[in-house]
Amino acid sequence: MNIESKLKKVLDRGDFAVTAECGPPKGADPDVVKSKGQILNGYADSINVTDNQTAVVRLCSLAACALLKAEGLDPVFQVVTRDRNRIALQSDVLGASALGIRNILCLTGDHQSFGNQPQAKGVFDIDSIQLIQTVRQMRDAAQIMGGEALTKAPHLFIGAVENPFADPFKYRVARLATKVDAGAEFIQTQCIFNLNRFRKWIELAKDQGLDNKVYILGGITPLKSARMAEYMAKQVAGMEVPEEIIRRMKSVPANKQRQEGVRIAVETIQALREVDGVHGVHIMAIEWEEIVPQIVQEANLFPRPQV
Amino acid sequence: MITAERKPFTEIKEMIAPYRKVLVVGCGSCVAECAAGGEKEVGLLASALRMDAKISGKELEVKEMTIDRQCVYEFIDQLTGVIDEYDIILSLGCGAGVQAVAEVFPKVHIVPALNTKFIGETKEAGLWIENCRACGDCKLGFFAAVCPITRCAKGLFNGPCGGSRTERCEVAPDVPCAWQLIITRLNNMGRLDLLRKVQPPADWSKQQGKGPRKIYRKDQRT
Repeated sequence: MNIESKLKKVLDRGDFAVTAECGPPKGADPDVVKSKGQILNGYADSINVTDNQTAVVRLCSLAACALLKAEGLDPVFQVVTRDRNRIALQSDVLGASALGIRNILCLTGDHQSFGNQPQAKGVFDIDSIQLIQTVRQMRDAAQIMGGEALTKAPHLFIGAVENPFADPFKYRVARLATKVDAGAEFIQTQCIFNLNRFRKWIELAKDQGLDNKVYILGGITPLKSARMAEYMAKQVAGMEVPEEIIRRMKSVPANKQRQEGVRIAVETIQALREVDGVHGVHIMAIEWEEIVPQIVQEANLFPRPQV
Repeated sequence: MITAERKPFTEIKEMIAPYRKVLVVGCGSCVAECAAGGEKEVGLLASALRMDAKISGKELEVKEMTIDRQCVYEFIDQLTGVIDEYDIILSLGCGAGVQAVAEVFPKVHIVPALNTKFIGETKEAGLWIENCRACGDCKLGFFAAVCPITRCAKGLFNGPCGGSRTERCEVAPDVPCAWQLIITRLNNMGRLDLLRKVQPPADWSKQQGKGPRKIYRKDQRT
């Protein structure tokens, strides 16, 4: 059994890490997860599995992680606090570790009003930062919330997200610091389209020495079309797509826009590799996982280190 | 105050359809303040019911009555002797009022004419805003008097989330981001340091621990 997180090993060695996102299907089909895993196999060190993203019901993150694990991949178990209370969350953390899953990403999650079950009760028993703290306590002190001892501690590399493009901007770094204090060991950011703002954010993080306390992976989303760029700019909460990117996507004919989206993604990765304090990238190709190998190759991040 | 809104007329009509004698009971406290269940609203609803009955040729007797508080026994007692005369009681009290009246009169059929909404404030004429969830463990002192449980859509104790843009909540663009308000107020007070500490999870047992909550005060017992 794989004892250590592959992502942790790559980052600890000082290599520039690549993670990729895998969205589970809106159905009970395991082959969808397995085939997405096989597409990404060898091109990403670890695979994030989203947890009912945008509050849309999908095959559960834990099961999809187990399927990927069985395929020999290193999954990152994404967990949101929107749908489960502290009893269920801690139970899932133990279950994930028992299944050999070695990475967890703690999030609050998109609000239920955005999804296909807007009448659902939002749980929000605890928030993402409290979840990070809880998982850290479970792992390091073998204790659940309240201090009761576990018979065996879960073994997990603990991650969190941060959005350098949300407001209030100055407070975003303070929030990153709080996540690090709570126990986050790696951070995956919101999709980066505004490199200048990202660079400002990382400078502020470096001023506080956070780049030495936590691994930061920059978020990358290849755009499929100019329409997608406009949609993300206007409709997706917490997303910033500058006018200049939308113009660039519009400047090429529709049948070339995917290529242009890939080019922007590759250029962004190359730029991020030059940014001190960035330890890797997290590629979120939404329902377009098959493009990831090309992006990783063109960004000269292939082959991935063997660890 | 506790705020409420009147139910749609058709829903009210359906509830009282099998009955001939209706007592419409208002409440002079919170729901009168938010213009949902006071004397005036009782009058309006009773008139509408009478008019509707007349148009549809139905025989219906509607009596109006408003008491100061439907949630306190001393006021509920004013209904004694009157309430038995009617087939159905249409209460314009909040959920607490409807249940308190029902408990005093075990044989009376009482139905709500209002949807009870929230604990809130009158922001401006015709606008009420929710600002307290009665969690039983007030932490406003840490959050610059802005309640994140109520005013942040995700109830974050360690916010803001990643969806806040231009000081607005991601869920509804007309809602200010509670965490933007908290940070601004703490900044004004020079107390941003309060946010350096990770706020521990809430103790929800104080809100919904063992069924309905109660306050027992020995010094108030007679």
